[in-house]
Amino acid sequence: MKKFILVRLVNIVITLFIIATATFFLMKMLPGSPFDEEKLVDLTDEARMEFYARYGLDEPLYVQYLKYMGNLVQGDLGLSYYYKDQPVNSLIMGRIGPSALLGFQAVVLGLSIGIILGMIAAFRHNTIWDYFTMIVAVLGVSIPNFVLAAILQFYVGLQWGLFPVAYWESYESSILPTISLAVTVIALIARFTRNEMLEVLQQDYITTAHAKGLGDLTVLIKHAIRNALIPVITILGPVFVSLLTGSLVIENIFGIPGIGSLFVDSIKMNDYTTIMGLTLFYSSFFILTVLVVDILYGIIDPRIRVHGKG
Amino acid sequence: MQDTKQQKKFSDDLFQVVGRREEQSEKINRPNLTGLQDGWLRLKKNKAAIGSLIILLILLVLAIIGPYLSSYSYEQTDYEKVFMEPNSEHWLGTDKFGRDQWTRLWEGTRISLYIAVLAALLDILIGITYGAISGLKGGKVDNFMQRIIEILVGVPNLIIIILLIMIMKPGILTITLAMVITGWVNMARLVRGQIFKLKNQEYILASRALGAKNRRIITSHMLPNTLGIIIINMMFTIPSAIFTEAFLSFIGLGLQEPLASLGVLINDGFRSMRNQFYLLAFPSIVIIGLMVCFNLLADGLRDALDPRLRK
Repeated sequence: MKKFILVRLVNIVITLFIIATATFFLMKMLPGSPFDEEKLVDLTDEARMEFYARYGLDEPLYVQYLKYMGNLVQGDLGLSYYYKDQPVNSLIMGRIGPSALLGFQAVVLGLSIGIILGMIAAFRHNTIWDYFTMIVAVLGVSIPNFVLAAILQFYVGLQWGLFPVAYWESYESSILPTISLAVTVIALIARFTRNEMLEVLQQDYITTAHAKGLGDLTVLIKHAIRNALIPVITILGPVFVSLLTGSLVIENIFGIPGIGSLFVDSIKMNDYTTIMGLTLFYSSFFILTVLVVDILYGIIDPRIRVHGKG
Repeated sequence: MQDTKQQKKFSDDLFQVVGRREEQSEKINRPNLTGLQDGWLRLKKNKAAIGSLIILLILLVLAIIGPYLSSYSYEQTDYEKVFMEPNSEHWLGTDKFGRDQWTRLWEGTRISLYIAVLAALLDILIGITYGAISGLKGGKVDNFMQRIIEILVGVPNLIIIILLIMIMKPGILTITLAMVITGWVNMARLVRGQIFKLKNQEYILASRALGAKNRRIITSHMLPNTLGIIIINMMFTIPSAIFTEAFLSFIGLGLQEPLASLGVLINDGFRSMRNQFYLLAFPSIVIIGLMVCFNLLADGLRDALDPRLRK
């Protein structure tokens, strides 16, 4: 197990190094400059050089690269080009709260409803409950979350006036965005739980448990649910991806000051350092999620023995 | 004692030798079906999948002929008639520039479908080649090729797509390419896994023992047995490509006006939904319809083509 984690960590460092290098040079390849060139024309040569020097842009490319990587090792993502002189680190830190809250609420809501729906669908296989769950599952992955968010905003927010339409003012502002994010998660998890549960209910040990004389409920709680829920951990990776893509649009639709809207804004403003910083941030988060899932899976499910291979 | 009794009861002339006809016992009574025909027979029983297929065909036909059914073009503006509700002249109303929404909707559907199908086809082409080389070669080559895939899998796809689109100018081809650059990985992994599994099957060994060359093993054993997975994966790729394109257009990184795609239309509709909800409603209905139908069809195909998953 230790060796497995070590190998994975080395791989992660290599992956992140390649991602950082690739984004750095991609950003340098971009046409145009992050600054308003027309304003810079008015500056004297000296002032312009000073301006470039502040962002380290006066040096040759490889020096810039080495400096960037050096800072990166120390966890410094550099200065934002657009938000004057703000370090990208503090930009991300200042914006992470709302995104984290939304993500957390969506995962909790998605997991609880998804698991319950999936369970019921499997217990009542081929009944109206099962069909209902399957419809929810198909619709949930099929309706793009930004379409759902727009429709919720129109009906629930504007027409019925139940919840705030936009902005981040009170806790209630987080309700519509959370629902928009959670629907995909519910769909993914309900479907997965249902299939796992159906599989488990066919196993011999369930028959054995019944044969021992255990009641339906005891069999379900003590034998079936436990085994069916373990693999659910494995879809946390896709869940994370769906939350990430969701946050990019949904924070924009609802005007939430989170990192998703920061990312989209920095793309529109050509704020390269922020784009790079967030790319690395998202990638590290994603990679670590996958790693934690794999480790947890190995710990919880003794059938999975990892021997240093992915 | 009993034997003799029985013999008396049933005398020999009651029996008749019919013989065992070799050719009859081995005769194949049913027509010989290929894997795909077999899959089609099973798919036909799946009402949801067939319904989806029909709706998809209708949407496809509308996407092809729809723009020609009205007398307007998708970029033709008319500032006298902006924001018109659906009426007999403009069936689905007009937008902020007085452009006919019926024409724009089907033009947009066509572009979205075009991008999605093209991306899926390219994914398959690259994925199969990469996966097959990786799987067949094995050893060091495979190891190296898998490392590359691991790195690509490590980053959320959408981030790569966004970065690529920032470098290249947004357009139909750029969006497709950006999606393909991340999309083929899935296919390559599936094909590699399948080939690894097939490589060690006994019937492949038998085929080799009978003198079959590599080429024959690939074309007549590996390919047919991988085809199901490829089709299923393609059917799941198309809706996710439709989603990605719409997503990019929605955050302003996709196609630019006056071009229409479902994402562009939804973005437009979202901006004016407060007073002109119909601008958002129609493209949303079409995109949801496409996504639901493709997903249901893909589910149906998976049940039909992948016998291991059959319940």
